[in-house]
Amino acid sequence: MSARTLFDKIWDAHVVSAETTATPATLYIDLHLVHEVTSPQAFAELAARGLRVRQPARTLATLDHSTPTLPAGADGNRAYVSAQAQAQVAELERNAAQHGVALHGWDSAERGIVHVIGPELGATQPGMTIVCGDSHTSTHGAFGALAFGIGTTEVGHVLATQCLLQRRPRTLAVQVEGELAPGVAAKDLILHIIGVLGVDGGTGHVIEYRGSTIRALSMEQRMTVCNMSIEAGARAGLIAPDDTTFAWLKGRPHAPQGAAWDAAVARWRELASDAGARYDRELHIDARAVRPTVTWGTHPGTAIALDAPVPAPRDALERRALDYMQVRAGQPLRGSKVDVVFVGSCTNGRLSDLREVAQVLRGRRIASGVRMLIVPGSESVRRAAEAEGLDRVFTAAGAQWRLPGCSMCIAMNGDMAAPGELVVTTSNRNFEGRQGKGVRSVLASPATAAASALAGELADPRDYLDPRREQAA
Amino acid sequence: MNPVTRIHSRSAVLADDNIDTDRIIPARFLTTTTRAGLGRHCFHDWRYLADGSDNPAFALNQSQARGCSILVTGRNFGCGSSREHAPWALLDYGIAAVISSEIADIFRNNALNNGLLAIVVSAAEQRWLLAHPGIELVIDVAGQYIALPDGGRIGFELEPFARHCLLHGVDAFGYLLQQQAAIAAWEAGHGVAA
Ligand code: SF4
Repeated sequence: MSARTLFDKIWDAHVVSAETTATPATLYIDLHLVHEVTSPQAFAELAARGLRVRQPARTLATLDHSTPTLPAGADGNRAYVSAQAQAQVAELERNAAQHGVALHGWDSAERGIVHVIGPELGATQPGMTIVCGDSHTSTHGAFGALAFGIGTTEVGHVLATQCLLQRRPRTLAVQVEGELAPGVAAKDLILHIIGVLGVDGGTGHVIEYRGSTIRALSMEQRMTVCNMSIEAGARAGLIAPDDTTFAWLKGRPHAPQGAAWDAAVARWRELASDAGARYDRELHIDARAVRPTVTWGTHPGTAIALDAPVPAPRDALERRALDYMQVRAGQPLRGSKVDVVFVGSCTNGRLSDLREVAQVLRGRRIASGVRMLIVPGSESVRRAAEAEGLDRVFTAAGAQWRLPGCSMCIAMNGDMAAPGELVVTTSNRNFEGRQGKGVRSVLASPATAAASALAGELADPRDYLDPRREQAA
Repeated sequence: MNPVTRIHSRSAVLADDNIDTDRIIPARFLTTTTRAGLGRHCFHDWRYLADGSDNPAFALNQSQARGCSILVTGRNFGCGSSREHAPWALLDYGIAAVISSEIADIFRNNALNNGLLAIVVSAAEQRWLLAHPGIELVIDVAGQYIALPDGGRIGFELEPFARHCLLHGVDAFGYLLQQQAAIAAWEAGHGVAA
C-alpha cells in the first residue's frame, strides 16, 4: 500500500460504506461527546422518529456551557442565568437517563468542559473518530484521534446510527521546527500559526501538526494547539501519538488496562504518517520566531506579537475592527488598559495553565480596577489545583476562583463583561460580542493574561517570569 | 423537509467577510431546547440598538432589504461555532439561500441539512453580486445556476447528495437508517458490541 498520512489511516479504518459521486462516505464514530446546548433538539428528533441511542456506551455527556460557576446557595439552588438555562440542563439529565448515556452532571466528581474531561477520563484515545456538537472537538486531535465538530442534526445522526456522512477532507501539514523561547507558550504558537494561515486558511482541510517543536510539546500544550485548529477554519487538527501520549493516557479510567493496554500501544504506534506520505498542502513555521502573541481585531486571524505595531487597516472591515476594539494602527497592544482577565476554557483551563498563571501571580496583587476570573476546566483540575494551593495564590492576588465550566469563553451562563470593557482571555474566540455585547476580547496565553492582570494593561509575562529583569525594573 | 427547487427573490447584501456564528446568533440565545422562533434573535446585536429598536445602519433593516430571501455575503460566512442555531435563525428570519465566495465547513453542512441553500461562487462573481444589492435573482437547484436579471447565469457546485436531498425534500437521516445492516456488519467486524 502507498504511504499514508495519520489522517488517511484513521479515515480508512472507519469507513462503513465508501464515498461515491452521489453519496458521501458513511463513517463510524468511536466516541460521541454530548453537552446540554447542542443536544436537546437531537434527542427530540430521536423521540419524534421513535429511535434509541445506538451505542450509549460510546456516548459521554457533561454539563458545561450554561452551568453557573458560583456554588449553590444555602438553599441548594444554583445561580442559573435564566429558567431556560436551567431547563436545558434538566433536559440533558432527562435524556441521558432515558437513553442510558453516562452523564457527568452536578453529582459527578469528573464534570467539566467536554474537551477537558474526554482526555482526562482516557475516553479520548489515538486512532479514534470522535465527534461532538461543538467546534472545539478538534482538541482531541492532540491524541492522534480524528475529532471534529458537528451540528445538531448530525448529533441526531450519530446518536441513532453511531455514523456520520462525510466527504473526505483535504490534508494540510503544518511543519513546526525549532525551540520555543522561554516564556512563550503553546497558545502563542497556535495564535501565530493562525495569524499566518488566516481565519479561513484551513477551510476544507484537516491539519496535521508535525515537526520537532510539536514532538517536544506536553499533552496539555498539544491540546491547546489542536483546540484552535477550527479558528483557522480547519475541520480538525491532528498530532501523531507517541510516548508522551501513551504516558499521559496510561492508567486513566477509560484507557485499556493490562494486556489490552500493551496491544493498544502497539496499534497506536502504527498510526503516525508514513515516510513520504503526501499532503494536499504544507506550511512551514519557525518556532524560534514566535513571541508572546495576542489578537488586535475581532477574529483569531488578527494575531500579532504583543510588542509589534497593530497593522494599518487594509479595508473597511479592518477599519471597523480597529474601531470596535478601540486600538490604534501603528501602536503595539502592549500597554492597552485592561478591565477584565479571564483564565479558563477548553483551550487553557487545564492544570498546567493554572500553574503558569500561579507562577506569575504568586505573592503579587492584581491591579486595582481589574476583575479576574479563574475557572478550572473540570472538577479534576479544580481538585488538583486546590491540592497544590493554587486557589489560595489566586484569591490572595485578588482573583476570583470559580467552579468548572465554559464560563466567559462563551458568556452564556451569566459570566460576562460589560459593553466596551477590554477582556484579556485565554479562550479561543474574540468575535464581536462573544464575551458580552460590545465587549472587546484579546486572546492571550495564561501567562500573558496573568501579567496583564497585575499590570492593569497588556503586559509581557517575561517581565514577571525572569527574576533578573524584575530586579532591574 | 419540503423540497427546495427554485428560489426567486431580490438579493440582500451583508458585505463583511468572516461573519461568524456569534454574530448570526449570540450565544446567550442558545439556551433554547427547540429549533423554533430563533428568527427574532438573528443578527441580534447588529440588528437592534441598545434600547431594542431597529438599528437603521444595519443593511437588512433597510426597506429594500425587507422580505429578501437571498443573502449575499462576504467571504468565510458562518465561521466559528458549530451551532446549528445559526441556520435555524436565518431560516426563521426568512433567508432561504446564502451566497458567498467561501462558506465555513460546519455551517455549510448545517445549512444544507436544514434546507438552507449555501452556495459558493467565484470571488469575482461574489464581488459583482455584492456590488448589486436588490437585484432579482432566481436560484435553480436542479440546474445549479443563479439567473441574473440580464439573462446571464452564474453556475455553482453543489454536493450531489445535498442536491438530491434538497430536490426531493428528503433528509440524510433516512439514508443513514437504511444502512443499519452495513453498520451492524461493521460493528461485528470490529468487535463493537451491538
Ligand atoms: S470552553 Fe469555550 S470553546 Fe470550549 S467548549 Fe466551552 S464554550 Fe466551547
